[in-house]
Amino acid sequence: MTSAASIGYYPGCALHGSSNDYEASVRACLGALGVELCELNDWICCGATAAHSLNHNLAVALPARNLAIAERDGVRELLAPCPMCSMELIRGNRAMARDEKLRRKMSEIVELNIKGETKVLNLIQVFQGIGMDAIKAAVKYPLTEISAACYYGCLLTRPPEDLRFDDCEHPSSMETIIEALGGKTVEWNYKTECCGAGMTLANTDTVLELSHKILSNARAHGANCVVAACPMCHVNLDMKQGDVERRYGVRHGMMIYYLSDLTGLALGIDAHTLGIDRHFVVTK
Amino acid sequence: MTTDTAIIDTAGEIRVQDCYQCGKCTAGCPVAGHMDVMPNQIVRLAQMGMEDRAMLSESVWLCVSCQTCTTRCPKSVDCAGVMDAMRQLSAGRDAVAPAMRNTLIFMRAFLDNIRRNGRLNELELVGQFKTAGFFSSLSIPFLFKDAMLGPKMMSRRKLRLLGKKVRDRAIVKRIFERCHGKTADTPLKKDEQ
Repeated sequence: MTSAASIGYYPGCALHGSSNDYEASVRACLGALGVELCELNDWICCGATAAHSLNHNLAVALPARNLAIAERDGVRELLAPCPMCSMELIRGNRAMARDEKLRRKMSEIVELNIKGETKVLNLIQVFQGIGMDAIKAAVKYPLTEISAACYYGCLLTRPPEDLRFDDCEHPSSMETIIEALGGKTVEWNYKTECCGAGMTLANTDTVLELSHKILSNARAHGANCVVAACPMCHVNLDMKQGDVERRYGVRHGMMIYYLSDLTGLALGIDAHTLGIDRHFVVTK
Repeated sequence: MTTDTAIIDTAGEIRVQDCYQCGKCTAGCPVAGHMDVMPNQIVRLAQMGMEDRAMLSESVWLCVSCQTCTTRCPKSVDCAGVMDAMRQLSAGRDAVAPAMRNTLIFMRAFLDNIRRNGRLNELELVGQFKTAGFFSSLSIPFLFKDAMLGPKMMSRRKLRLLGKKVRDRAIVKRIFERCHGKTADTPLKKDEQ
């Protein structure tokens, strides 16, 4: 990726809603690294868990509409910083590539032809495209005080047959980035364990239990913060952390950063611009 | 084989018949400890055409779709796909374990919100979910459980009163109509595709 490169951008509902702090930091730090984001024209929701739980067709058609818009507009690479969105888009693309009948049917349903030419990227892949040398060269304030537990959650790597990204049981791509930024990372056990995802409202007990395990394990392994690249993980670990502490009678006090937050800080962008002061857990 | 098993076998490449009950899906499941029927047992019920029992379990709605089961299956059975198929059957027939009704209500409210706006309006979703959940349970604590979160999110500029809607909302409605076919929530069978 050369300087002032431009890629397609699919924000998804969360980044335009309660996770707008994630959008702020993604935009700020990619901007500083010379990547221009072109928001996908009139994108629609990917359907998330509700679609694949209730309607098999919608789970392909909603991503298909977005992929078709991207193709129509000549978008070759599409960043979806939310792993739920990127997983649904990639899965839809692969399902249609495997099944010609399904591809034709979906093209009719979404009223645009789909050929499967757009490559969907998560945020880590965009950083990899920029390159670790370029990122290292842009660092102004190395993350010397950071010992991060890099938390991938479920959908950056699963299901591996479709996503084909990093190691699904022991990923390390985020660690590589944090270390390029001058930070330290810890070995821990909950890198790819689920936080309860979109069950925050519908099944709060599950979210509190799973998030408590993740936060406890990160702390036990000496992390002073958790780094996430998913808006749902951030909601459950950050916004619900107070509820976790009350439920289990513990004090975690664990800062939860987005990957783009820490990148932005290392590049010299202030915490306010990155939206870090709008997190629920804010420690010194 | 019943018609329902045909849905499971054709909705993607689930390979339910390949399961030899090693239990690896259950071992890795983050919520198995709370399940009434274990994930490997759900797959077994699907194998035997006993989805009536499987879809009425709390498990299919406790599942958080983390995909760990599918990822680790040594026989490449799509266990998470079985869960999806069971939820679709359960929702389509409105036959849901009473304790898990709220999860279905939430997902229906989510999709209805997308159908109307094209994108999620979170405030509206919370309103829809709380209203529908309240009329289903008549529980006052349920109604106010997350009320304290609103102002905290508001002060962090994390809630927008008017979400940005999709311009071409008509196409979204047409996509929903075409995907739902004749029966709401029910997946189309291969011969109908």
